[in-house]
Amino acid sequence: MPKDLVFITVIGKDQKGIIARISNAVFKHNINIEDLNQKVMDGYFVMTMLADMADSRASIGDIKKEFAEIEKQMDLNIQVQHENIFKAMHRV
Amino acid sequence: MEYSLDEVMETVRMTLYHNFDIRTVTLGINLKDCIDTDIGIFKSNVYNKVTEYGKRLVQEAGEIEDKYGIPIINKRVSVTPVSLIVESCKEDAPLEIAGALDMAARDANIDFIGGYGALVQKGMTRADSRLIDSLPEMLSSTERVCAFLNVASTVSGMNMDAIIKLGNILKDIASKTENGIGCTKFAVFSNAPEDNPFMAGAFHGVGEPDFSLNIGISGPGVVRSVVEKNRDCDLTGLSEVIKRTAFKITRAGELIGREQLQIWTYPSAS
Repeated sequence: MPKDLVFITVIGKDQKGIIARISNAVFKHNINIEDLNQKVMDGYFVMTMLADMADSRASIGDIKKEFAEIEKQMDLNIQVQHENIFKAMHRV
Repeated sequence: MEYSLDEVMETVRMTLYHNFDIRTVTLGINLKDCIDTDIGIFKSNVYNKVTEYGKRLVQEAGEIEDKYGIPIINKRVSVTPVSLIVESCKEDAPLEIAGALDMAARDANIDFIGGYGALVQKGMTRADSRLIDSLPEMLSSTERVCAFLNVASTVSGMNMDAIIKLGNILKDIASKTENGIGCTKFAVFSNAPEDNPFMAGAFHGVGEPDFSLNIGISGPGVVRSVVEKNRDCDLTGLSEVIKRTAFKITRAGELIGREQLQIWTYPSAS
């Protein structure tokens, strides 16, 4: 089955449990984590997760709703964007 | 990972902090197939067509916003110049059609609908003249309908009859609407292009197919931030970073347009 890749980007203050919470939410929707990157940029914790939604029944909208709660509780900014936008902007 | 963290963050930052968005998606709709000499049927044809496709445009734009995390600010519609489709109708037909367009735009949640206009660079038909006369009332009685008029071209010169008429009409529009707001929904051209997706002067050109889709991109905040980051560049270097950024924004706009077209399977014209 072709992959359906999305980037999940998390920006915020470094704290315990960020990756745990995100991974848990992603696992709940049967989404596979393909790759993970994290570092501190300009004083902020930044994580990008490449995830495959091909086996999931959830839509990007559903995932965003799931993340909204985590955003509020942990004071984070979480973006979910389909891979195509990165391909369009960064690859010719 | 196929993309570096910096690349991913560049896109994310653009949307999060630098107001990168798709300014507008404008759907052009041909209304020639709605024409009927019975104004009641004509109006309902126009209303039904614009509402149906307008609703789809808004719904699909919402899905694409979700998918890419890039807001689409305005959803607009342009239609065949109204003067052309009311030629065979009675006097008040332009206003009646404007009412149907306005209602359709409201019901479909379309921000603006353009195309209430005429191309009179060389001369006016009776219908053109009636439509021009109706402009003050149209712009004061509708909320979302935009109007246009082409009064001159390099080939034909200037239609002075239309221009003289327009002087008074413009004054009437200004005085009939609060703070002259009606004039902001009206564009007068010389050398109007064949087809124009830009409000307020948008119209679906006669050389176009049944539907067309135009995407307007916006990224002044994005360009400002790269200029700020590259303060010490010489002008050649600066033009290079602006060029790269403009290219990325344009590619994103193109993607949104292609995506919207993909999920939009037009019914064959019948």
